[in-house]
Amino acid sequence: MPSKVSVRGLKKSFGFSEVLSHKKRSGKAALSKNFGVLEVLKGMDVEIEEGEVVCLIGPSGSGKSTFLRCLNRLETITGGEVIVDGYSMTDPTTDLNKVRENIGMVFQHFNLFPHLSVLDNITLAPVELKKMDKEAAKAKALDLLRTVGLEDKAYAFPAQLSGGQKQRVAIARALAMDPDIMLFDEPTSALDPEMVGEVLNVMKDLAEGGMTMVVVTHEIGFAREVSDRVIFMDGGVIVEEGTPDEIFNHPQNPRTIDFLNKVL
Amino acid sequence: MSIIEIIQENYLVLLAALGKTLELTFLSLVFASVLGLIFGLFNVSKSRVLHIIANVYISIIRGVPLIVLGFFTYFGVPLATGIKLDGLVAGVIALSLNAGAYMAEIVRGGIQSVDKGQMEAARSLGLSYGKSMRKVVLPQAIRTMIPSIINQFIITLKDTSILSVIGLPELVKQAQIIISRTFESFNTWAIVAVMYLIVITILSVVAKKVERRISYAK
Repeated sequence: MPSKVSVRGLKKSFGFSEVLSHKKRSGKAALSKNFGVLEVLKGMDVEIEEGEVVCLIGPSGSGKSTFLRCLNRLETITGGEVIVDGYSMTDPTTDLNKVRENIGMVFQHFNLFPHLSVLDNITLAPVELKKMDKEAAKAKALDLLRTVGLEDKAYAFPAQLSGGQKQRVAIARALAMDPDIMLFDEPTSALDPEMVGEVLNVMKDLAEGGMTMVVVTHEIGFAREVSDRVIFMDGGVIVEEGTPDEIFNHPQNPRTIDFLNKVL
Repeated sequence: MSIIEIIQENYLVLLAALGKTLELTFLSLVFASVLGLIFGLFNVSKSRVLHIIANVYISIIRGVPLIVLGFFTYFGVPLATGIKLDGLVAGVIALSLNAGAYMAEIVRGGIQSVDKGQMEAARSLGLSYGKSMRKVVLPQAIRTMIPSIINQFIITLKDTSILSVIGLPELVKQAQIIISRTFESFNTWAIVAVMYLIVITILSVVAKKVERRISYAK
């Protein structure tokens, strides 16, 4: 059976204007010394099997988030090939919108739609994309809210929710499209510490349910416990990958050891 | 003649002129909103061509005074093309083009004020660019645009007075006619000023109400 996600020689560079916005987003100094391009991903090869949970760890600026955003092509891809579910994301003839319906994404800053109620946040895409009629979408949304423990918040607006609740709604919103793959971009980094657990628990349930997941995270505990494979990235390349046991208990590469010493 | 006498003698003319001013304003704003939305969207699109088109339009309008634009559409265009434009039509065209450019900038600013993550979240769900714009970005952008849009409404209402130069029977033109008959410059202009003031004050109050109703906690 072919891999769920297949990445070969993936490269990503940012042009000058993009460098600025990228650095702004990643919270680094807004000025770059070189006025050319910034190569963020320098040729990555990754195969992800169905049902696999892969955690990406590494220092900030190592390209983890950019890699994730290349998988559903929120970033344009500069080189190499990304195949998801058999569709080439680099082929200009691919209907990206169609493929994206199958790839759920959860963002660091939740990105809930503030002008819509929790329920409408979740039903917007299924109804607009004619996957379901309004009633079916609503029933499904309420179902999903129950699984993330927020059925009483269906008619609340995002501004009335805590960070952890927002992120759980965001997960429900992504799940409403029945995706095969879920991408998580530092889902707990913007949360107060006491809310991290509730989000990780939802993700754990999802992983146990057999969802294919790619998670960029700083939660070493989560990576150790839930993931099937851990990828350590630094400087736009994969430095080391293996089972959580291999990476966390017996890291081989000095850069991995150095990073783990700092975060553990 | 006292102010009261001027009003008693001319109130029908003045009210009709106010009606003309409002008609001109309303029609121009409708077209300007459409132009503003189109060119504002051009301006935020990734297409370089659309970007250039929007910028050329905005630069030209910004660089040409409304009075020149009015003369151009009313006197210039018929001479060059042989199509005689009705004063109202020429006036609406000039005002729409003018306000449209400023509306385009308002629309651009509104869209850019919406966090990029909103578009990304919508796209990641599989919604197309257009749907994401319509359902997610624009509804939020409009909320931040409202004060500027209302400001533009008021500016356009006042700008209609400039079109008195092409003979449209709006407030200023009618005031000039009344003065040429009565020589009551001070009182007549005072009446006209108060009429503008009343309409704009009403508009501002309504605007504040609307603004409060559709605003939401972020």
